[in-house]
Amino acid sequence: MMTMVWWQNLPLFMIVGALVCAAVCSVLKAKAARAVMAALSFLECCGMGVLLYFTLTKNESFVFAMGEIGAPFGNELRVGAAEALVGLLFAVIMFLSLLGGWKQFSLDIAPNRATLYGSVFCLLTAAMCAMTFTNDLFTAYVFIEISTIAACALILSRNWGRTMFAATRYMIMNLLGSGLFLLGLSMLYCLTGHLLFPQLGAGVKELLAANRYPMPLYLSFLLMTLGVAIKSALYPFHTWLPSAYSTSTATSSAILSSVVSKMYIFLLVKIFFRAAGTDVFARRIEDVLFLYAMVGVIAGSVYAIVQRRMMRMIAYSSVAQIGYIFLGIALGTEAGFAAALFHILAHSAAKSMLFLAGNKLRSAADGQDTFPALRGTAKKEPLAALAFLVGALSLVGVPVLGGFASKVFLAKAAVELGGWRMVVVLADLLVSTALNVGYLLRCALTLYRPAEDTEARPAPKTRDAAFAFAMIVLILMNLGLGVFGAPVLDWIQRGIAMFV
Amino acid sequence: MLGRVFTHLDGLTAVALFGIGFALLLLDKNLMKKIIGFSMMDSGIYLFLASYGYIEGRLAPIYAEGISDPAAYVNPLPAGLVLTGIVVGVSVTAVMLGLTVRLYERYHSLDIDEIAEKIRREGK
Repeated sequence: MMTMVWWQNLPLFMIVGALVCAAVCSVLKAKAARAVMAALSFLECCGMGVLLYFTLTKNESFVFAMGEIGAPFGNELRVGAAEALVGLLFAVIMFLSLLGGWKQFSLDIAPNRATLYGSVFCLLTAAMCAMTFTNDLFTAYVFIEISTIAACALILSRNWGRTMFAATRYMIMNLLGSGLFLLGLSMLYCLTGHLLFPQLGAGVKELLAANRYPMPLYLSFLLMTLGVAIKSALYPFHTWLPSAYSTSTATSSAILSSVVSKMYIFLLVKIFFRAAGTDVFARRIEDVLFLYAMVGVIAGSVYAIVQRRMMRMIAYSSVAQIGYIFLGIALGTEAGFAAALFHILAHSAAKSMLFLAGNKLRSAADGQDTFPALRGTAKKEPLAALAFLVGALSLVGVPVLGGFASKVFLAKAAVELGGWRMVVVLADLLVSTALNVGYLLRCALTLYRPAEDTEARPAPKTRDAAFAFAMIVLILMNLGLGVFGAPVLDWIQRGIAMFV
Repeated sequence: MLGRVFTHLDGLTAVALFGIGFALLLLDKNLMKKIIGFSMMDSGIYLFLASYGYIEGRLAPIYAEGISDPAAYVNPLPAGLVLTGIVVGVSVTAVMLGLTVRLYERYHSLDIDEIAEKIRREGK
């Protein structure tokens, strides 16, 4: 057993700390609970940053075996550069989403529920850390369910009938997804006798080499993939997404769209890489994914175009963007996975900003988010409108912003692969970029057009320092991902190299 | 063929249970039936894990006096997984039931289409 260095204990402390905070929050007063939420998510950011720094400088991953019990009974956490980078992004987005919705928080949520909101926020943080770090399939399942419950509670934070219904539909679809995941996991466990990724991967390889149970193996991976696809709203399974994202509060919808759906995808990447192995066998599942993603990229954009409300439009654009991520995964090459992970970063940074800014603009338009009502809101909320514009440009794929870099990486990965997949990916990118311009820029320009009623209502100058801070950091993040795309991609590739 | 069906009877039952529950959860319009479907789906998986985790003739994984050979016991992990799964299932069911109660209080219906219709009419 190698000796542990202090920072190697961080992952466990981050998970347990978040769980303790969740318990503590439920008995605190509203104000204290909010302070705990902010402090926790800030500390998580620091922790992730430290882990990223050390995994990159040492250039190796490490395993934290709980109680130092090895396979097959032990439970392990594993951190490499990819885990730390994605985790850092999630933690930062959660922190900024919290700040961005700080002021609206007390308006949207009754004081007696604020403490419970704090609890589920901390619970979700724990689930996010655990799912990013875990080296064990069943632990992943348990935290999938925890995050489902927490996300459902986040949607529910507004006491509207519509929100409740959205949360119910969210739960139903997500339960189907996690049921499939659990069945696939159980089958895989029966076949290989292992739940830890390294042993699982070795077991799968052994079985395939001996040509034993190829069909059940394929089926179990397919079930897990399908489960994750439902939970992260890949195209034909997206039905729960629009109402869930568009009816909840600013903080909730930003977290749901940028962190919750993405952590499932990251889990899937880990499963593909570390358990299934990226060979011919995984190829067949990737073909299925490729088909869905290909259609999803276009269909999501088309749905977004026909929406008459801004928040629903932003929500539908997530369907298209998740299509991109799966497109990268479905390429099945290392470059494809790296492009997919990079798009997770770029999309999270842009989409959380869009949701936060959109909520601000909606409240500037007296709670209306139809396009005519939004005209002229840029004057009242210049920073929110600017953030919205930057987010829209990033998703469209304008150079120097994150979205552009990820489109370039995806196209490069496709060209490297060649064949009909390259043609499809490039055509998809072209068509969807055109569609994105159609709806995102139209919406952004609406904000800057003068309002129809010229006798402008006296705009009450609202000062919201937390929101301003969150927006500025997010805008910088989008710029940073665009300008420093290549080094970040290099970190991701080093992280992927550590997977094996 | 028939022989193979019988050797895998519990596995097939489990998958059938899962399928029935899955269909109920996905297709039924009644919220209570959906929750029942979820329970069936989960029970199917527990049956699957428990039946394949048991080996005929071995002892429960609790130390018995004088038998120190691990091969005499069954693997405790599948049972542990089932227990964890049950706990997860119970909490999810509780959340779903809570949601259903709240929706029923507000819309006086368990039919998911009817609730959607009422919400649409309620407007915003």
